[in-house]
Amino acid sequence: MTENQRLGIVVSGSLGKGVEVRLDSSASVEDMVVGRFVTIEGQKRRFFGMITDVSLGVTDPALTVVPPDVSDPFTAEVIAGTGTFGTLHVSPSLVIGGDAATMLEGPQVVKTIPSHFSEVRLASQRDVELVFGTEDEKRFFIGTPLDMETKVCLNLEELVKRSNGVFGKSGTGKTFLTRLLLIGMLQKGTAVNLVFDMHSEYGWESRDERGHKVKALKQLFSSQVAVFTLDEESSRRRKVSTDFVVRIGYDEMEPEDIALLRQTLNLTDLAVEAVYQLSRRFGKSWLEDTLKLKGIDGLPEDLKIHESTLQNLQRGLATIVRLPFLMPHAPDNAVNRILEYLERGTNVILEFGRYTDITAYILVANLLTRRIHARYREAMERAIGDGTAQPRQLVITIEEAHRFLNPEVASRTIFGTIAREMRKYNVTLLVIDQRPSGIDSEVMSQVGTKITCLLDDERDIDSVLTGVPNKSELKSVLSKLESRQQALIFGHAVPVAVVVRTREYGSPQSYKDFLPKEAEKDIEKLWE
Amino acid sequence: MVERVGEVIEASTADFVAQCYELYQIPPLGSLVKTKDQQLELYGIVYNAATTSLEPGRRPIARGREEKTEEGIYQTSPQLLKLLKSEFGAVVVGHRQDKKLYHYLPPTPAKIHSFVYQCSPQEIKEFGQSFDFLNILVNASLPVSSGELIAASLRQMSQTYEDPRAFLVAAGKELAVLLSGNLSQLKAILGRIKP
Repeated sequence: MTENQRLGIVVSGSLGKGVEVRLDSSASVEDMVVGRFVTIEGQKRRFFGMITDVSLGVTDPALTVVPPDVSDPFTAEVIAGTGTFGTLHVSPSLVIGGDAATMLEGPQVVKTIPSHFSEVRLASQRDVELVFGTEDEKRFFIGTPLDMETKVCLNLEELVKRSNGVFGKSGTGKTFLTRLLLIGMLQKGTAVNLVFDMHSEYGWESRDERGHKVKALKQLFSSQVAVFTLDEESSRRRKVSTDFVVRIGYDEMEPEDIALLRQTLNLTDLAVEAVYQLSRRFGKSWLEDTLKLKGIDGLPEDLKIHESTLQNLQRGLATIVRLPFLMPHAPDNAVNRILEYLERGTNVILEFGRYTDITAYILVANLLTRRIHARYREAMERAIGDGTAQPRQLVITIEEAHRFLNPEVASRTIFGTIAREMRKYNVTLLVIDQRPSGIDSEVMSQVGTKITCLLDDERDIDSVLTGVPNKSELKSVLSKLESRQQALIFGHAVPVAVVVRTREYGSPQSYKDFLPKEAEKDIEKLWE
Repeated sequence: MVERVGEVIEASTADFVAQCYELYQIPPLGSLVKTKDQQLELYGIVYNAATTSLEPGRRPIARGREEKTEEGIYQTSPQLLKLLKSEFGAVVVGHRQDKKLYHYLPPTPAKIHSFVYQCSPQEIKEFGQSFDFLNILVNASLPVSSGELIAASLRQMSQTYEDPRAFLVAAGKELAVLLSGNLSQLKAILGRIKP
């Protein structure tokens, strides 16, 4: 298939549902793949859209009942495209030429559809470039459209202004995509990142599915990245140069941190309520004091806590204090250190090492984020009051996001709050999840840009596509993605939903491409 | 070289009948013939041919009992060639006016005694550039089945092209559209023009 090849003509359609395109007999229906871009030459405007479905049609229903003898090549050739034909379903999403607005301001959202029998062609490299822009100081090259060499660029400045999501089944390349996004943000300097790295994959090298070593952020941008660890031994074994070992004191724990763990620690509602009472009564040392209690007899008289509730709570707290990175008094305040780095513009990656169990992850991520959130809020309010510089845009990356953002806890956790409103305080989330249906729909609808690898569970697909206008069309695209290196991107940072083959990651050349060109020049200059 | 094959003896808007100058010198079924007027050149496709007695009431009788070969009959009775006539009918499928070719019916029918010529391969090729004439053939009510006629004419036309198959495929596609409601006829024609 050649670029700009004529595919067929528009025969019917509507703005809401997209248009039907009858394929010319010269265009084989088998060459048409969902997700590919086409342009439609209307009488006055040029439209840009994506193939979202491919189907077969016959002019005479009798053909399906008494099929012609297609073993004869002549008959087959005659019938193809006349008696039988292919149809494409195309959803036009942008106007890329023809009217004054597009000439002045670039591609515009469609408000009409092309007229009958408008010609449909494969989009050319130039068209795609026109829509996605070229790589510059704001745009980051994330991948190429299907069967094309053009670069699809994400507008990272727009991207970081809202919370974003990377979704996909296990093994479809979420980690790779996230790494790419983080590199993009680092490279373009649009935001500073805090990554809760559950499986220790983003800071230092890890292995891909084929067992090859792949470099991670610290190795590529060592001056801009700090690796914090919860598990010093694991980091040392993996020969990671860490910048800080995170320890959390019991006295830093607040009742809100425990409330979030209700499900994982199997606490009753009453037990959670008791935490608040105990903390009010005992102050900072509430955790230690609670654990020391021997039955309800030791309780101060004014506290009304049932015996079984206390036992339930103590059991839960015991699970927490078994985590080795928790200690009665932490030598250094992790939150302060993280903020220090972030304020300097250094990205922080927190490795969890061995502690990949979800209790540790939820506890730490939530605890740190709550404190950071509070500080950011203050800083932002001060900035608004004094008219001084606002704090740097912060992007917090969390994995297994449905644990933090499920309907039951989303309204209570800090992550739910950030997803809903923290855009105003320059903090946004990058959520990574393989089970998006577990995420609260309110949070999901606030996710600005969604980058989705293959999903096949109906509920997951539905939840990712919540609030998308042409849902049913994207659905067929999404469920037909390849299981590796392909992703559907839609939302705030891209003008139109796009299926990309993600940019290569892992070869020496790919690493070189990530580094800024100036650095290369600087090095070259040294030799002059 | 353009060969003169006969003379118009009956004409209407949609077709004309011509008598051959020589007995049995009939252009083949489906071939393209033309007849000239002062301004017009009419194109027709031969759809029917007949050889009959000159006098309608007198039928020929069998004469070959004493003869060894069929040619022998004509040799011993040379008058036969003058008592019989060959005629063919052609359905009008287009015309040329002011050097421009039109694939639809001319404004006036052919004149009686106009000469009828067989078209040169060049002309056939030119005429075959457009398949609009197929529509006339599909809709014509003729004594022979229009399917047979279409198949015969396409087979003949295809011979003038360097790539007969491509021509037939293109024609087949046109027919598939014209006969979209009549699958059996389409199948029959495709079966007959299959290269």
